[in-house]
Amino acid sequence: MLHDRDRIYTNLYGLQDWRLAAAQKRGDWDNTAAIIALGRDHIVEEMKASGMRGRGGAGFPTGLKWSFMPKASDGRPSYLVINADESEPGTCKDRDIIRHDPHKLIESALIASFAMGANAAYIYIRGEFYNESVVLNAAIAEAYAAGLLGKNAAGSGWDFDLYVHRGAGAYICGEETAMLESLEGKKGMPRMKPPFPAAVGLYGCPTTVNNVESIAGVSTIMRRGAAWFSALGRPKNSGTKLFCVSGHVNKPCNVEEELGIPLRELIDRYCGGVRGGWDNLLAVIPGGSSVPMLPKSICDDVLMDFDSLREAGSGLGTAAVIVMDKSTDLIKAIARLSQFYKHESCGQCTPCREGTGWMMRMMNRLVKGDADIAEIDTLYQVTKQVEGHTICALGDAAAWPIQGLLRHFRPLVEERILSYRGRLVSGANLATAAE
Amino acid sequence: MADVMSKSGTEPAEFVFDAESEALIAVILAKYPAERKASGTLPLLDVAQRQMARLTGSAWVPRVAMDVIAARLDVAAIRVYEVATFYFMYNTKPVGTYHLQICTTTPCWLRGSDEVVAACKKHTGIKHFGETSEDGMFTMTEVECLGACVNAPILQINDDFYEDVDGASTESLLAALRRGEKPKAGSVIGRQTSAPEGGPNTLLDTPSFQAGE
Repeated sequence: MLHDRDRIYTNLYGLQDWRLAAAQKRGDWDNTAAIIALGRDHIVEEMKASGMRGRGGAGFPTGLKWSFMPKASDGRPSYLVINADESEPGTCKDRDIIRHDPHKLIESALIASFAMGANAAYIYIRGEFYNESVVLNAAIAEAYAAGLLGKNAAGSGWDFDLYVHRGAGAYICGEETAMLESLEGKKGMPRMKPPFPAAVGLYGCPTTVNNVESIAGVSTIMRRGAAWFSALGRPKNSGTKLFCVSGHVNKPCNVEEELGIPLRELIDRYCGGVRGGWDNLLAVIPGGSSVPMLPKSICDDVLMDFDSLREAGSGLGTAAVIVMDKSTDLIKAIARLSQFYKHESCGQCTPCREGTGWMMRMMNRLVKGDADIAEIDTLYQVTKQVEGHTICALGDAAAWPIQGLLRHFRPLVEERILSYRGRLVSGANLATAAE
Repeated sequence: MADVMSKSGTEPAEFVFDAESEALIAVILAKYPAERKASGTLPLLDVAQRQMARLTGSAWVPRVAMDVIAARLDVAAIRVYEVATFYFMYNTKPVGTYHLQICTTTPCWLRGSDEVVAACKKHTGIKHFGETSEDGMFTMTEVECLGACVNAPILQINDDFYEDVDGASTESLLAALRRGEKPKAGSVIGRQTSAPEGGPNTLLDTPSFQAGE
């Protein structure tokens, strides 16, 4: 169990003030110049050694990503873009960082930008987080006024400007290249890779896109050391993580814990248990809507980290745990996600544009049971034809929840179809009898 | 301006940014390199929509405003039209004074968003998503995940999230709006933000201090 002294987000619930004075009492902005004086290479090496893996869903090593940025400028500026487009169903952790601990993010943005040679960074925040953007802008204004941003930021000798850019309601802009398109004032349609953003990113310049939680942890890691962070969690899955537990638990909440905590302990210790008790559990989507669900038998002892969940046939994603008890119509729960992906497909790639609509219509028929048993296989094949055949991962994300349902709960789907047809047949018999 | 912008859905004859909007635009355009003004497309559409709300009571972006933005940013008008129609938060037709944006994505649905939808319909008389009540006070929109899932279900009204709502609390929220009140945003059951109901079970050792202490 994680001790309070090892938590990064000591104001997660906003019990304290978010403003600069309170943030400084929590340890933020404490001699930031000394961290920057360690030098660019040292900071990148420390981040690599910490084992931090991207907190936005993909789990790519953060320090390694930074090392792809050019060491010397060819005349083009470098940019850091911080992904605060938090839109993955189930996920609501970056919102808490921004509204309750904005200075942790701002200070870490300075350190990270210095480490990748960027004099400017943009925080792309989803448009619906209007009130959160007001707090963030106010915190940035405080930092400028205190000399912590701008020329010679925090006395570090590094010039650094930080800007907030609001999105306008498009899940796809959480994909890093769609985000860059959106920042440039265009529709959020993902770009082909390569070239990768580290070579050609925002305005054609070298760019790194990192999730809010990946960046916000940097200042604490640099203060307490890579060894502290990597000692938490499990090998190759190190550190603490914000978990968002929603759905059928007694007390849904956000909580910071070590990676590798057993799912059952996470739910029982922090969320008051599953509604109706552990045995009333039906299934869990462990990492945001894009990852396949797990049935109770796997939930009993699975660990919450990147590699454990991948071995279990799912993924950690954003660590957004969606809990469903036995009262849940699982087919409808997944059909609603299919509607989500259909709504959010940018329409650029045919398999996704057409496939998400087709899968949604098929799932809506399965909710009623209005299908042939053979169509289950057809649906599975269509998910396989969407998966891996699109520019970005939205196609995969639309396919996986359905695959998870069919993998673990196919009998439920068959039963639904048989019961629908049974009703049709008995209805027909009644009609005949009435004649 | 206000006289030519009506809630009737007719396009206003012209659109001019007012002084309050111009002040916002100056701040926005300073964020991007001078030759990358097009980055201002999304923010300026938002500024236009807020100005419409301020002056007419309806938050939407008429086409003439898109043309003004295109001219200001030196981009073809079609580039602004396609952005305005791609992103869900821009209303291309008038909405009610209160825009009820109900999240019905799975985490909210699991916690009872159907009840919230039913309560909104009952209170406003609106029958389908996308419609506005006869008195012009409410528009009801189905939205996708709002990113506050541990406080589900969420009802976003204009800029504010109302969290942990159910049918009854939704009806009292709407009744309060009708009376001209502005209910406090956040959890309607008194939860401390995203902490578990009843109070945090972590971060108990950290002192609770506010600014100025």
